[in-house]
Amino acid sequence: MNRKLKDKIFQFFIYLSVSIVSFVLLFITGYVLYKGFSSINLDFFIRLPKPVGEKGGGMVNAIVGSFMIVGIASLFSIPLSIFTGVYLSEYKNEKFANIVRSSLEILGAVPSIIIGIFVYGLVVYPMKRFSLLAGSIALSIIMIPLIARTTEEMLNMVPTTIKEAGLSLGIKNWKVIFYIILNTAKPGVLTGVLLSLARVFGETAPLLFTSFGNRFWHRSILDPAAALPLQIFVYAISPYDDWNRQAWAGAFVLIVIVYILIIVSRRLVLKYK
Amino acid sequence: MTNKDYSNKIFKFILKFSAIVSFSIFVLLFVVLLKHSYLAIKTSKLKFFIDTTWDPVFEKFGALPFVYGTLLTSFLALIISAPISISVALFLSEFANRRLKEFLGVIISLLAAIPSVIYGLVGIFVLAPLMRGYIGPGIQKIFGFLPFFQGSVYGLDYFTASIVLSIMITPTITSISTELFDAVPKSLREASLALGATKWEMIKISVLKTTKVGVIAALLLGLGRAIGETMAVTMVIGNVPNISLSLFSSGATLASVIANEFTEATSDLYLSSLYYIGLVLLLVTLALNLSSKILIKYLVKTK
Amino acid sequence: MEKVKIKIENLSAWYGEHQILKNISFDIYENKVTAIIGPSGCGKSTLIRCINRLHEVIPQAKVAGKIYIDNKNIYDPDVDPMEIRKKVGMVFQQPNPFPTMTIYENVIIGLKLNGFKDKNKLNEIAIQALNEAGLYEEVKNKLDSFATKLSGGQQQRLCIARALALRPEIILFDEPCSALDPISTAKIEDTIVKLKQNHTVIIVTHNLQQAARVADYTAFLFLGELIEYGPTNSLFTAPKMKKTEEYIRGVFG
Repeated sequence: MNRKLKDKIFQFFIYLSVSIVSFVLLFITGYVLYKGFSSINLDFFIRLPKPVGEKGGGMVNAIVGSFMIVGIASLFSIPLSIFTGVYLSEYKNEKFANIVRSSLEILGAVPSIIIGIFVYGLVVYPMKRFSLLAGSIALSIIMIPLIARTTEEMLNMVPTTIKEAGLSLGIKNWKVIFYIILNTAKPGVLTGVLLSLARVFGETAPLLFTSFGNRFWHRSILDPAAALPLQIFVYAISPYDDWNRQAWAGAFVLIVIVYILIIVSRRLVLKYK
Repeated sequence: MTNKDYSNKIFKFILKFSAIVSFSIFVLLFVVLLKHSYLAIKTSKLKFFIDTTWDPVFEKFGALPFVYGTLLTSFLALIISAPISISVALFLSEFANRRLKEFLGVIISLLAAIPSVIYGLVGIFVLAPLMRGYIGPGIQKIFGFLPFFQGSVYGLDYFTASIVLSIMITPTITSISTELFDAVPKSLREASLALGATKWEMIKISVLKTTKVGVIAALLLGLGRAIGETMAVTMVIGNVPNISLSLFSSGATLASVIANEFTEATSDLYLSSLYYIGLVLLLVTLALNLSSKILIKYLVKTK
Repeated sequence: MEKVKIKIENLSAWYGEHQILKNISFDIYENKVTAIIGPSGCGKSTLIRCINRLHEVIPQAKVAGKIYIDNKNIYDPDVDPMEIRKKVGMVFQQPNPFPTMTIYENVIIGLKLNGFKDKNKLNEIAIQALNEAGLYEEVKNKLDSFATKLSGGQQQRLCIARALALRPEIILFDEPCSALDPISTAKIEDTIVKLKQNHTVIIVTHNLQQAARVADYTAFLFLGELIEYGPTNSLFTAPKMKKTEEYIRGVFG
């Protein structure tokens, strides 16, 4: 076959693929924003869900629930992962560091539904209750490998000469690491944190058997709690039109939150480089 | 004994402790999974994956329908996604200027960040009706004689699930492939162009051939992602534990059955069987990730 | 008679299996500039990093021998390396100001992280250090701008100021001008010569002319061994060892 023709077909296919991918993204985003925006009203943000089949109500408990679950998960995971990341960077030659690094890589590859049944067995089953706390634990397990690995990578990117300069001033090792090196790597580390937040905000599977969902407010973190992606899921697969409408509203809010986190983190990465 | 001795030691302790906690989570994961799947492993052993009947009411737990569903949808998703993802990656590394590359990079990150449940939502309310109304019948008009396209199209089936999955794994494959293609030295490209190759021939010779191993690694990772994907699949696959040759049948996957039935599992064996499925899902995903890593290591070594 | 500030005695250093310094012994005199010259890889940088105990921070690094500063062996087991580094400042080959900090913050960071709190005193010291480094006039109106906005030569002088703020008795310079243009180099050489009034200066350099310009004493290292050491003038005009003569004449290195 004609070489030039092959070349043209190939290029056509490439442009086609790029168009398909762009179109899909733009379509999904646009459609969610469109359907969501037209489904949203003030009630959505301030009211609790109505009983099955009744129209109206909102997802205020799910929105707040998501923020709380993610918030508490962050309290656990952010300091822990950053310290782990510092450990991996500082003591990268120690055998234990290599073991930890490998196990975090593996942990990061675990499907989130498995994390869900893991935390169920670890927390929900012994406690004999679904809880917001269990949901937070599940999400923090997803966040830890992400933040730890990013932190380690970003710290490794700081030139050794910076560390040497700090040490040469007679500053204690830990102070050099925290006040100088971590500070230098801050935008990069923050990116990792934001990306992991974007990820867990949208996670449903790990919450299915941990925080489980709730039609009302949770009274404490030991109660099952509603979360935005969970609620979207339940409403989406239900046969009720009004619930379906609210699922779109929820998706709108969720996608806006996630997109903002992603875009901010991208800005940070550019600033760091 | 000076003060500073303590602060450095405390610091190292905090760091090591954090690392230990992280590591323990990893260990606990396997412990918990093994503990809870033990009953099912003992009862059903390996024929678990060959038995075709999944009937919780009669305590019959055969996981083949889910293995089938997972393999079918994941491989189909890979087949659909691979050419598109690789093409986009080629575009980014061979054709796009900096601004376009940045712009597309944003699009791909956003695509990767869309929560699974939202893919499922669009799948249910946009893709499934499209399938049922237009695409399904359209395909049946031409290929309806094949066993793969028989039966009524309701929209929540293997085919829809595969398409949704293919979109979801595209960012993974694309981003890794782009990095691989970018790493090909300019001189290699110029060598083939200087011999009079067309752009496609240059890409075939200088870029694709040299990055073959890496691209396979990227595909393995994409496959791993597809296998572990839960929510979007659960929402569009129909959740019926059957095995059917037709892509327009409803089915279920290893991940979707867990999502669907875990909270309904009333008996110990039922729950344990689901844990067993989870354990296997985990092992398969890890095996794919490991093979991918090994391939990449091999790549780096031979440089 | 010159006062001995640093006495190096049978100093050897390794990186893993590879021995970099072999049994080095010589004296460094107070308030003088001492240059360390030699071809690449002869151990010059390692030598000065032993003086501020920075060499041992690298994993797999080993040091043997003694270095006396004011008659106290800095490698005694009861000596805290951090205390040494406060007394012995260092300026590196590539200017390395801390990128997230302003000019002012860079100068005082050593003091701050060592517990120094008095704001007024910090100010005083900062200005004095910047003056000593010959940078104050150029930056006095933009002390709050980021250090990375300065030119290469200015950044290096900032690093000198940063080291000076701790008022070290000894200052080590590791090829401080190799990344700089001739004008910045001249400014820094000026600074170095002025510094010796109140400090003991050691400068590693591969630039023989530079050593001739600024150093009172010069040590010539070759493959980890000290070949010759003496007043710069005599070493350059009438070297005693053949290798020294060959190096100066440009046969190798």
